[in-house]
Amino acid sequence: MGRQLLAIYNCNSADISAVPRLSINDFRNTIISKVDENLRIVSLFGVPQTDEIIQLIVVLADDRQGILYLTSAEVAGSYQSLTPDCPQAHWFEREIAEQYGIIPQGHPWLKPIRFHNSYTSKDAWNRSSDMIRPGITDFFRVEGKEIHEVSVGPVHAGIIEPGHFRFQCNGENVLHLEISLGYQHRGIERQMKGAACNRWLQYMQTAAGDTTIGHTLAHCSVLEALAGCSIPVRAQVLRGIALELERLANHTGDLGALAGDIGYLPTSSFCGRIRGDFLNMTAILCGNRFGRNFLKPGGTIYDLDSKHIDDLRLRLKAGLKDVENAANCLWTTPTVLSRFEDTGVLAKETAKELGLVGPAARACGLDYDCRYNFASGIYQFQQVPVATWHSGDVFARAYVRWLEIQHSAEFILNQLDTIPDGSISVNTKQITADKIAIAMTEGWRGEICHIALTNSKGEISHYKVVDPSFHNWMGLAVVLRNQQISDFPLCNKSFNLSYCGHDL
Amino acid sequence: MIKALISRIKQGYRTYPFPAKEPVLPERFKGRPIIHNDKCDNCRKCSVACPVNAIIFENAGITIDLGKCVFCGQCQEVCSKGCIEFSKDYRLAATDRQDLLVNEKERKLAAALNKESQKIFGHSLKLRQVSAGGCNACEADTNVLGTLVFDLGRFGIQFVASPRHADGILVTGPVTNNMKEALRKTYDAVPAPKFVIAVGACAISGGIYNGHSEVNNGVNDIKIDLYIPGCPPHPYTILDGLITFLGRRS
Repeated sequence: MGRQLLAIYNCNSADISAVPRLSINDFRNTIISKVDENLRIVSLFGVPQTDEIIQLIVVLADDRQGILYLTSAEVAGSYQSLTPDCPQAHWFEREIAEQYGIIPQGHPWLKPIRFHNSYTSKDAWNRSSDMIRPGITDFFRVEGKEIHEVSVGPVHAGIIEPGHFRFQCNGENVLHLEISLGYQHRGIERQMKGAACNRWLQYMQTAAGDTTIGHTLAHCSVLEALAGCSIPVRAQVLRGIALELERLANHTGDLGALAGDIGYLPTSSFCGRIRGDFLNMTAILCGNRFGRNFLKPGGTIYDLDSKHIDDLRLRLKAGLKDVENAANCLWTTPTVLSRFEDTGVLAKETAKELGLVGPAARACGLDYDCRYNFASGIYQFQQVPVATWHSGDVFARAYVRWLEIQHSAEFILNQLDTIPDGSISVNTKQITADKIAIAMTEGWRGEICHIALTNSKGEISHYKVVDPSFHNWMGLAVVLRNQQISDFPLCNKSFNLSYCGHDL
Repeated sequence: MIKALISRIKQGYRTYPFPAKEPVLPERFKGRPIIHNDKCDNCRKCSVACPVNAIIFENAGITIDLGKCVFCGQCQEVCSKGCIEFSKDYRLAATDRQDLLVNEKERKLAAALNKESQKIFGHSLKLRQVSAGGCNACEADTNVLGTLVFDLGRFGIQFVASPRHADGILVTGPVTNNMKEALRKTYDAVPAPKFVIAVGACAISGGIYNGHSEVNNGVNDIKIDLYIPGCPPHPYTILDGLITFLGRRS
């Protein structure tokens, strides 16, 4: 793949000058042909060179080889959209259009995704600043006497982040769902450039607060790749434990919430409690239930002593026993299964075409997991089995979570038994100039990708965050087609995507 | 059915007898900071290290604004004199913004509603939750109050599905530009008299997002009746704040 692509391993950096600069046509053709050859778009983003010229950079993943490929092209004004030939680019092209006013010509669905001012002097929709309001855009409409539209959000009926959903319905049947986000947009990426570095960790910890460890780990790995420092093994183990505890808590909570959405209260109430027990285990690590202030570039802030390890082991075994009991209530209750099975089915081919990641992708039979395909840190030494299921329905998304709960618990117990001695952090070195670094971690929702570029002074000149939800929201929209609208909460919960992680 | 009942027995009774019994918090939990001005040599390393400018130096010495504090512990870490020490005191809620400024003065807990309001709301408070740019941590630790460990319902507090059914709103997040209007509309839709409860550093001051052009630095054009600081506040901090406010705990 010589001149057209630069190969790079996960959690590594390269010289920016080594990233090929293709013509936009070659750039398009390369992406389209590589995605045809089963590579995936991990990220596609713009880096402003001037107010008009934007460098598009793509990160492609070769999951089988565990290699990432980079290439780029400069564009100004507009270019021919990738989306009609490569649907994985859909959301990324909308993001680039909104941020820099670059128009992907022929994009079938070109609308804002976050509703903020353009970062350049050009707005892709020629709106003035006061015209930019959340949810104000064209929505897809089905016309007809028997069609009605249901509009939900941004404020929801429970304690849920804001988002807007528009359903086109024929009776109970949903013909189409359109999801409009951006309500949580806080400008994190933009602020990463130029912010004092004592703020970076806080931004990353709250990019998606329920994935504090996942995002912070990706962030630390990116900085470590830029500084070229290696992390003590003990810290790698501690990081792995924290990441799997986060997965345990959230997956358990999701099983409970799925049970709640179909009115099966035993598992709903058991799992609500057990989720908290797992969060409290994270609090043993660092005092905070979400893992705030546990990680730092160079290692971890806190260590575990033997008392903590024994306490964790005991609690984890008890938690696993309880969640096993609660989950088995689901798998052995016919009324639960009849609601889970064949609801919200996503075909494997569709999931692949849309570029889905995480449990939602694995539930369609795509055997892709960062911890395996792009192993970094402790996962290079201790592998976690990739959990998949074939049916692509709500059941599959629930069952994959249950499989992952078991694998994560086993992983943590192993790590607690074999945790090596040594220090928990190294002093981080100065980050190097004119580099691009990429780090991916498998958060509980799926692949988290952080990319940092540095300038000639060794400062962060561009920072890109891709939350798994960014890939997956479209999956939820597609799943709703030809479902009953009353199944929306269940389908939504089976994806449980992040609003703030998407909106940033 | 039998299976569910057996599971129920196995899972046991799990509601914690709060507030009759104090909660057991993790060893590394960071609650209300304690300030020792006598040790301070005015080096100000703490205020430089603070990512959210929560530390103010005045004549009286160090003051930490809990409305901004994200409890990262950096100030404690960089201070070689031990002037700042995070205690395990989780009772952080306040009814006056000034009471969130922590210095060597005695702590002031949230004031309870007056007797007349207590009669109306003391045993039944319905809230609408608005996440206005929150990261889902404050939201999650508010939501968790509905689980059987905390069992919010036993205090008569409930999160409801419509502002029309609510006695107030509980806001999280720094109030993004994109949620400003929705927050206002939700507030307007709640019948008076109504309460506004701000949960988390973001809702109180904007938190780490303070100063971003994309946000409004927290709830600042509606009067806040109860402040519950933290990033995110521990569920017991939120629960304590709510029941203290209702006059059910002194």
